[in-house]
Amino acid sequence: MKHILALAPALAVLAADPALANRVFVTNEKGNDVTVLDSDTLEVLGAYPVGNRPRGIAISPDGTELYVCASDDNLVRVFDPETMEELHTLPSGPDPELFVLHPSGNPLYIANEDDNLVTVVDVKTKQVLAEIPVGVEPEGMGISPDGRIVINTSETTNMAHFIDAETYEIVANVLVDSRPRFAEYNHDGTKLYVSAEIGGTVSVIDPATQEITKKITFEVPGVLPEAIQPVGVRVTSDGSKVFVALGPSNRVAVIDGATDEVKDYLLVGQRVWQMAFTPDEKYLFTTNGNSNDVSMIDVASEEVVKSVPVGQQPWGVVVAPD
Amino acid sequence: MFKGIMGLLAGAWALAEPAAGQTQPETQQIRAAVLRVDVQGLPPISRLDLPPEDLGFAGARLAIDDNDTTGRFMGQDFEAVEVTATPGTALAELDRIIADGIQFVVVLADDATTLALADQAGDRAMLLNARARGDRLRGADCRFNTIHVAPSHAMLADALAQFLMWKNWPDWLLVPGSHPEDQALAAAYRRAAAKFGATIVEERVYEDTGGARSTDSGYVQVQAQMPVFTQRAPDHDVLIAADESDVFAPYLPYLTWDPRPVAGSAGLVPRSWHPAMEAWGATQYQNRFERMANRPIREEDYQTWLALRIVGEAATRTGSADPAELRDFILSDQFDVAGFKGQKLTVRDWDHQVRQPILLTTGPVTTSVSPQDQYLHQTSALDTLGLDRPETECSFREAP
Repeated sequence: MKHILALAPALAVLAADPALANRVFVTNEKGNDVTVLDSDTLEVLGAYPVGNRPRGIAISPDGTELYVCASDDNLVRVFDPETMEELHTLPSGPDPELFVLHPSGNPLYIANEDDNLVTVVDVKTKQVLAEIPVGVEPEGMGISPDGRIVINTSETTNMAHFIDAETYEIVANVLVDSRPRFAEYNHDGTKLYVSAEIGGTVSVIDPATQEITKKITFEVPGVLPEAIQPVGVRVTSDGSKVFVALGPSNRVAVIDGATDEVKDYLLVGQRVWQMAFTPDEKYLFTTNGNSNDVSMIDVASEEVVKSVPVGQQPWGVVVAPD
Repeated sequence: MFKGIMGLLAGAWALAEPAAGQTQPETQQIRAAVLRVDVQGLPPISRLDLPPEDLGFAGARLAIDDNDTTGRFMGQDFEAVEVTATPGTALAELDRIIADGIQFVVVLADDATTLALADQAGDRAMLLNARARGDRLRGADCRFNTIHVAPSHAMLADALAQFLMWKNWPDWLLVPGSHPEDQALAAAYRRAAAKFGATIVEERVYEDTGGARSTDSGYVQVQAQMPVFTQRAPDHDVLIAADESDVFAPYLPYLTWDPRPVAGSAGLVPRSWHPAMEAWGATQYQNRFERMANRPIREEDYQTWLALRIVGEAATRTGSADPAELRDFILSDQFDVAGFKGQKLTVRDWDHQVRQPILLTTGPVTTSVSPQDQYLHQTSALDTLGLDRPETECSFREAP
């Protein structure tokens, strides 16, 4: 394993494609490990144990620290993305599932699904800065591009809570459809997308007024409506395309970011939940939990290019920055 | 601890107010009752099944907590009055609840009492049936004022049948008990066999000859009786016990004459809920329940929780506390609720049965969840379970 890793940078340099290869990190919820892929060759570089029930995953803006929610260990484990050696752990509060890193790289806002809390942790001092009480079963975490508003979705309260990133106080609550799983801003902060897994919709919220301006619904021919369960949401940095992972319908919806109308559905693997772009936004990776693979979508052509087997029940994915 | 969090949430909500430029509306009260009708009878075969004192009520308390958490943000406050009764006092207790101004009553009772309560309530209250499973209650005896949160015998039998057909075990030895409710359950298995193409190779009734449930010599006679009872059966893949009365089914696994698995009322059991269910966010639900009740959850608790969540969800979505408005919304095609089963739960308009996946459980784990993927349906895969629109014997006499 070690020498495969040592070879990987060399391979990337030799590759014909001038695009920089990035490492893709996939948490395998059941496998208790992270699979590392090369974004260019899609070669599996290795699989590394990361603690119990890894789910949410993020990487620091400078690419030096990889954060993994080890849900059953009740902490966040921090790894060196190059060597995959554990550097240290961060306190997370109980049962961390998803988190979001402040755009500056610090702090980390963690949803504690079992305790109706959002925990704020300083990644440098490793201190808990705040515990914010939210609704029942907090899950999705988003942050505005200017870093001033943190969004948490609570799955049983069915709300998106707007939290002031400085004061840690809830400043607004927006009722959305059943079981909101994920919150994602567009890059100029003019829209907030919140997916509702059981409701089967994505609410488009105007962050200024905290009002729902549109509800995106989905319909796939030949797929029963109850199988269409929106979870992960990603928006291209120009705001032109929104991708929504539709869970057990095994599809990713492509949405026009200007009109918020669905353009297409892309068939990926089974139970697709989370997604991550490469830094150049050429590709989007999806985790397919029930088929143990990730799919790679070509963002420009809106086509699924390839799927790669990873570990058991892939859950989260992040791509290292350039 | 919880109180403290609530206080903070309420504070947060107040903070949000100036931004929205509204004045705080008066808190709406949404009231319900849980009426549990207890029947004195023999203890269950296994002490593990002894009913806890707070059966059903614990589920109600969790539902009120969940409803109130959302309610603090919405200006709504929920309450569920807990009432126990006997079959003799049930109607009077219902009248008392209605006289108190409550129009949503979760009922935990047997089929006959549930029907009597529905007729007693008339158009004065909406009942949410959280225990009775009889198909007649949803068919010939259906009532407009009753929403069936508990799954029906037909749904449970169909859920098991789909799995057994997927497993390629189509030949069944059906063993019903001798009580009317056992026969009703057996009828559901007969129907399921015809619906999914299974064959019932023989029906062999297990007579309830009475007597005590536990004796000092325990297993000795049972170990001798069960193999003899099941011998000389035609070839079969699986034995299905229809023992709604809890007389014999738990004794069957490992004691059948032929080495065959047992399903139905023992072995692989179809259920609305199971305390070890962990998919679809259920882990957090189980943890919340156990922290509150200090015991594992039962089906009656889940069904009561779901009944009150249905009322709560309607109140959240309509922003109303008016019982008639809530009822109309629950019965409309706009309504759905999440129940930790991986998809939205809705109400069938033809018999007011809540559509829901059914768990197939073996002792400590969930073995499968039906409907099985292979069974398709033109409107909802959940309608492959139970009596579908064209089959229903229900016709609501009047829709008030």
